[in-house]
Amino acid sequence: MHEMSLTEGVVRIIEDQAASHGFTRVKTVWLEIGELSTVVPESMEFCFDAVARGNPLTEGAKLEIVRVPGTAWCMDCAQSVAIASRTDECPLCGGYHLNVTAGDQMRVKEMEVE
Amino acid sequence: MCTVCGCGDATVEGHSHPHPHDHHHGHEHDHSHDHHHGHEHPHHDHDSDKDIHYGRGIAGVHVPGLSQSRIVQIEQDILGHNNDFAGRNRAWTAEHGVLALNLVSSPGSGKTTLLCRTAEMLKAKFPVAVIEGDQQTSFDADRIRATGIPALQINTGKGCHLDAHMVETAIARLGVVDDSVLFIENVGNLVCPAAFDLGEAYKVAILSVTEGEDKPLKYPDMFAAAGMMILNKIDLLPHTDFDVERCIAFARRVNPDIVVLKLSARSGEGMDEWLTWITEGRRRAMADKVATLEAKLAAAKASLRDE
Repeated sequence: MHEMSLTEGVVRIIEDQAASHGFTRVKTVWLEIGELSTVVPESMEFCFDAVARGNPLTEGAKLEIVRVPGTAWCMDCAQSVAIASRTDECPLCGGYHLNVTAGDQMRVKEMEVE
Repeated sequence: MCTVCGCGDATVEGHSHPHPHDHHHGHEHDHSHDHHHGHEHPHHDHDSDKDIHYGRGIAGVHVPGLSQSRIVQIEQDILGHNNDFAGRNRAWTAEHGVLALNLVSSPGSGKTTLLCRTAEMLKAKFPVAVIEGDQQTSFDADRIRATGIPALQINTGKGCHLDAHMVETAIARLGVVDDSVLFIENVGNLVCPAAFDLGEAYKVAILSVTEGEDKPLKYPDMFAAAGMMILNKIDLLPHTDFDVERCIAFARRVNPDIVVLKLSARSGEGMDEWLTWITEGRRRAMADKVATLEAKLAAAKASLRDE
């Protein structure tokens, strides 16, 4: 359940931002979670619900998760290809000489605050 | 439990630590504006429909619309705080010529036995230290200490992984000396530790031949993050159906660059290659330290000349 740790990390970032930007309530938080990252969005939503509750800053806040598709560089085809998981083969040549180039990020993108 | 140090649940052996989380993040910028995200993504439906797959689902697209509230753009990595500590650990090991290895595996792969054997074989050659991570008990650290090697237990409580702040605290408490090899035995778990950089030189994934050869495909994140895979317990191969070549092919599928070693910590077979790899890694860490010191010295001399 490292999603719980990660969700607490999100709340930590929100708290830091509240201190520096002077807002008191978050209405919506947008996360960017890559399809190849190590988190399950549904777990993250579940955890956020638990973590946000009881904190006046985040109580009732909505979590919006933006998925970012996975992209890899195929060393055999020498081009960028779309993949959905780290175990996928290259959709062009069927090989596995792939280096992930995008879709492994986990970021807090922005927040709607008041 | 807090994200980074695990405080609340985690304990570093012999130590309780009240610590305020004072830190700040740079590059904040705040501006309201209209924008939208265009992240449509294709769904790849090549698994059985019956399987439950939490790796997919809900595609979020949003348009903030007409709300009077402000939008604060922050663009921060969720793991940023952990990564800051990991960066500090990495800088510390570089400065001190320490080779840090993060050992990850499922429970029961033989990590601690491998560590005990390795520590015993190396301790006459150079300094070795061990950080042990488990949810509970100090059994593993006790086993390591019995070999005469300094070891420190971190109990993560409910936590499923070590994080970089725990390791920073442990390095300081353990008094890791210059030019040593530091083994960090992570919590037995092939999932969560993949995400948390501890500041190590390499993650070493240990897989024993009594497990399934398909683990690299079942837990691809870990094998993608690891620089090396050790196939342990090869003395038991005649008694199992484990297909070594298939396992290696699976690991290379998720990580074409992964280095593979086959050994048995119990019989000692293959241990030489492992020890050579560690010794070579330590030599590189020491060379990096010398380069850092030389750069510092050159800078100091230059500033003296400019006086």
